[in-house]
Amino acid sequence: MYRIIERRMMVPNLHELTVHAPEVVKLVRPGNFVILRPDEAGERMPLSVADWDPEGETVTSIFLQVGASTAKLARLKPGDMIPTYAGPLGKETEIANFGTVLCIGGCYGIGSIYPIARALHEAGNTVYTLLEARSQYLLYWREKFAKVSARVMEVTRDGSAGYKGHLTRLPEILTLEKIKPDRIIVNGCTFQMMKTSEVTRGLGIKTIVNMNPIMIDGTGMCGVCRLTVAGKTKFACVDGPDFDGHEVDWEEFLKRRETYNPEEVHPLRKSGCASHF
Amino acid sequence: MSKSIDPKKRPMPKQEPFERIKNFEEVALGYTPELAREEASRCLSCKKPLCIDGCPVGIDIPRFIQYVADGDFSGGIRKLKEKNALPAVCGRVCPQEDQCEKVCILGKKNEPVAIGRLERFLADWEAASGAIEKPDIAPPKKKRVAVVGSGPAGITVASDLALLGYEVAMFEALHEAGGVLTYGIPEFRLPKAIVKREVEYVRSLGVKLYLDFIVGKTRTVDNLLEEFDAIFIGAGAGLPWFMEIPGENLNGVYSANEYLTRCNLMKGFRFPAYNTPLKRASHVAVFGGGNVAMDSARTALRLGADEVHIVYRRSRSEMPARIEEIENAEEEGVIFDYLTLPIRLIGDEQGWLTEMECLRMELGEPDESGRRRPVPIKGSEFRMKVDAAVCAIGNSPNPLIPMTTPGLDIGKKGNIEADEATGKTSREGIWAGGDVVTGAATVISAMGAGRKAAKSIHETLCK
Repeated sequence: MYRIIERRMMVPNLHELTVHAPEVVKLVRPGNFVILRPDEAGERMPLSVADWDPEGETVTSIFLQVGASTAKLARLKPGDMIPTYAGPLGKETEIANFGTVLCIGGCYGIGSIYPIARALHEAGNTVYTLLEARSQYLLYWREKFAKVSARVMEVTRDGSAGYKGHLTRLPEILTLEKIKPDRIIVNGCTFQMMKTSEVTRGLGIKTIVNMNPIMIDGTGMCGVCRLTVAGKTKFACVDGPDFDGHEVDWEEFLKRRETYNPEEVHPLRKSGCASHF
Repeated sequence: MSKSIDPKKRPMPKQEPFERIKNFEEVALGYTPELAREEASRCLSCKKPLCIDGCPVGIDIPRFIQYVADGDFSGGIRKLKEKNALPAVCGRVCPQEDQCEKVCILGKKNEPVAIGRLERFLADWEAASGAIEKPDIAPPKKKRVAVVGSGPAGITVASDLALLGYEVAMFEALHEAGGVLTYGIPEFRLPKAIVKREVEYVRSLGVKLYLDFIVGKTRTVDNLLEEFDAIFIGAGAGLPWFMEIPGENLNGVYSANEYLTRCNLMKGFRFPAYNTPLKRASHVAVFGGGNVAMDSARTALRLGADEVHIVYRRSRSEMPARIEEIENAEEEGVIFDYLTLPIRLIGDEQGWLTEMECLRMELGEPDESGRRRPVPIKGSEFRMKVDAAVCAIGNSPNPLIPMTTPGLDIGKKGNIEADEATGKTSREGIWAGGDVVTGAATVISAMGAGRKAAKSIHETLCK
């Protein structure tokens, strides 16, 4: 069993979850994920790592409450125990001195891009961070990014912080900010990673995305996380989760992610924990 | 003096097909003590028993059967457990017809002795008696062994070495121990309570079990070598193959590993009480002809499918599945499409599987496996309505350890290279066995490899 150290809602629907995980923390690297179960009847769910503390032996993730299983996670309190917390899984994000790197984070990906930005900064890159959200009140961790970035920028749908609009404005933002990235790394929802990859293709900038498919074991055993990259089937859990965003078959990926949408919501309706559904 | 011998095995009591396709409970119910004694009395107690050589772990079969015939069941189970840590499992899932029973003298003219059923009987009898006997454990040795994977190979190594007095730690990547016995083989063929019981037994020998611990990720093999004197890798064949045909990434297409894991490990058949969903499909096609294909097809029936097909490119006689499992599937109403090759999966606009296209085949000359090669019949394409397809065509060894262990020799298929007689790999202090070495095979062959590796580890560490 694994002890919950902290579980709090950072901004509406986005929760920070910190777990005492002495085994996981030892080899964890940026871009990794963990697999956890909220209780004995629960699903195995992958969560990207967002931070960790080797001394306190804790690992932190940010998750979005969407369905029944994440609703269970959202009800955890410090001191609660969960039955499964396994990792670190997946290949780590490639860290090297690329020169100038733009890190883009949205939703829970603001959390998972943070250790990537930090490691790139430590590796000598000039790191720019661009945070994306629907509105200013959904942004978090700006102060953490400020410490590892040359500049932190924002883009919000309603213009309440930074640039107004979506990441489709990226080419213009790069011109206005006078940034010429050698590499772009995007963590966040599928739609955001797909849209960003579409616009950076035209710019000819290598774009790495951190894929977030359905998973069960997370160790290559089941193949549910498969996706098509450069025309070949890959398993996100062992071949990724990082891939070149210009090579991913996004249409297929989006459809595969929706496989269990009805089932995801069904138990939520029955559980009584979200009666507004 | 000659005794007259019944030409047939005592039949195994089973749940009726119409009944069992509605539940996940075990199909074969096991012998009663009377049936077991009757069956055991068919054994000739050969002077030079061939059955022992037919057993990958060398169980003294005639002796344990003699105990059963005499009604001394505790004597029988003791004899059995001298060589086999998992009798309740092997009695259920071993392909006896290709091993011990294949060489039984009775089998030359009649049916062989039902060795597997007697093995199962003793294990179940012991469990029901509540008094599980533990063999003597040798005095502690100050040597530590790490066992990677808690499937059949790992369990055998762990229990053998624990009995010899070694300090053994067993690492399991999933949240329950047992490997393929837990995530792969369905409840109706191998109840999970039995797997749990066998794992508990191994723990009772002093083996420490670490769950949620993915060797290769949580810690590398080299990290473990800093703490352990020897490592055995029994990580299994955990990377599913797909057919590599168009449409394979449509929703509704599964690897058998995914399909069975959702059902067995995650208890998806009890959704939503258990939260892992498993779609109720109406027309299911399972690709492949092995035991895993039978397991998948029979699982689909129990999940309420209207029609379940096994689509296999050769004919019934080439099927690698156990005859008993093929018969069970036939009895339950699984439709067998022999000499049929799926060539394309077709979906709707939302990306869901709706149809598949197949080709008819005919058998040509034998190939390298000795089986007649299936050859497509030109112009025989036809379509079939399906809303779920399960690929049960095999697995490669899990890549996590090969990827993270420098200096470990890896074969063409991603398997760890290990000496067949000892399990020794290219690196000192590292042994390997089971599916991670051979690719997907049987429970008992993995146990046989584990037995040999344990012996070799013991010899090496004793030096």
